[in-house]
Amino acid sequence: MSTGRGYPRDAGLAARMTFVMFLLGLLYVAVMAGLIAAGVNFAFVFILAGGLLFAQYYFSSKIALFSMNAHEVTPAEAPQLHGIVDRLCALADMPKPRVAIAESDVPNAFATGRSPSDAVVCATTGILRRLEPAELEAVLAHELSHVAHRDVAVMTIAGFLGVAAGFITRSMFWFGGGIGMGGGRDDDDDGAAQWLVIMLVSILVYAISFLLTRALSRYRELSADRGAAIITGAPATLASALVKVTGAMGQIPTKDLRAAEAFNAFFFTPAIAPGFSISSLFSTHPTLEHRLAQLAELERTMGHQGGGV
Amino acid sequence: MKWVDTILGRTKPKAANLDALFAVPGAAIMLEAALGLTSAGAAAVCFKPASGYDFASACNEIDELLALAGKESGSTVSQSEDSYGYHWIVVHDDDMSDLVTTVHMVNSSLAERGYENQLLASVFAFRGDGGAVTYLVYLFKRGTFYPFVPAPGGGEKRDNQRELQLQGALTGEVPLEADLTRWFPIWGAPVP
Repeated sequence: MSTGRGYPRDAGLAARMTFVMFLLGLLYVAVMAGLIAAGVNFAFVFILAGGLLFAQYYFSSKIALFSMNAHEVTPAEAPQLHGIVDRLCALADMPKPRVAIAESDVPNAFATGRSPSDAVVCATTGILRRLEPAELEAVLAHELSHVAHRDVAVMTIAGFLGVAAGFITRSMFWFGGGIGMGGGRDDDDDGAAQWLVIMLVSILVYAISFLLTRALSRYRELSADRGAAIITGAPATLASALVKVTGAMGQIPTKDLRAAEAFNAFFFTPAIAPGFSISSLFSTHPTLEHRLAQLAELERTMGHQGGGV
Repeated sequence: MKWVDTILGRTKPKAANLDALFAVPGAAIMLEAALGLTSAGAAAVCFKPASGYDFASACNEIDELLALAGKESGSTVSQSEDSYGYHWIVVHDDDMSDLVTTVHMVNSSLAERGYENQLLASVFAFRGDGGAVTYLVYLFKRGTFYPFVPAPGGGEKRDNQRELQLQGALTGEVPLEADLTRWFPIWGAPVP
């Protein structure tokens, strides 16, 4: 992929990513076969779903910027932000994306655009205020990794089935209901049963593809974390930014142990056992612990390599 | 019968894993190799003094033990109070394993006499480039370690980034406290 020469590969992560993409593809084939077997006007469904996909893909940057109320900034308006992006792009040997700022106190940053040459990197004013320059650099490196990995294109394609299935489901409700009310009683029961089956299948397919795209998204996030850590050479800086951005820096307390001890009646209570929670199955981002663990591991391996050189 | 305990509101304190302390010399080597941190040759045990003759006699016993241990290993031991009302036993020894052995002895002597609940934490001090102090804190009740790095500027600010970096370096060396909300700072520890 477009990760460049300097990036060591993570075989395990790549394998899991491929596995999820394989499952997605399998599902895609299955649903297509199912639809054709059910006798749906294939071309009609495909063109509409494809059109939607294309619009989502082509206008991704405009949609994202519009929904975040972001505006593009020139180097004169935001010299520091542009400076960081310039440096990172030179390091990663990639074309410089456009830079935007969103007026929002929620600390966040995102990258969008169908290709590296069309990309926009956007930071909120909230994140600009909260992070140290080095941490901001790490966050932007994460977003630039998304651009380099073409994650918008990958996720759009991965989401295609979900979009298509969702569209079919909705059109079933509209057209199916319309036909029923229009006095299509003479139509044999076969047709109605078919509609029902297709509807159930598309709902099921949507649910499954929903879970799979989210799993894929989490792997892409871990990949981008990895890319950012390697490009900046400082996994701990990204870890620190992540902790700050997700509001978990507040987790590391500032109150003295001895003062806290007096009030903490539940000091003996063991922490909830770590495990695979439902919420992490549905979320598009890995849990903070998971991301920090990966960065800590990178910090270790890079530390060892650095010590040897 | 766990549920009976739950109904009656009895909790059983987790048995402390003092053996985890013996992982500290290994972690110290790791910290020196990976991050250039060297032992400041000092550690301290923090506990809340209980009232009563028995506890006082236990403390006297520890004093005697410490004097003996000091003679053997060359550790110098002193005691102090802090503004929170906690008692500190401060151990100075340039040899890391002697330091750990003495700290372990203080902890286990108090625990053996049934004062487990009085023990709060043990703190090992390290120095980086330029003399900045880094602490490795051992939480007695959790049996886990976490790093604590006061920010160089002072003013009771901590360097979270450095702490997370240390977390990375210490993984696999010592049992780390996974719950970040328990990484309480200990300001003004009497070490180094």
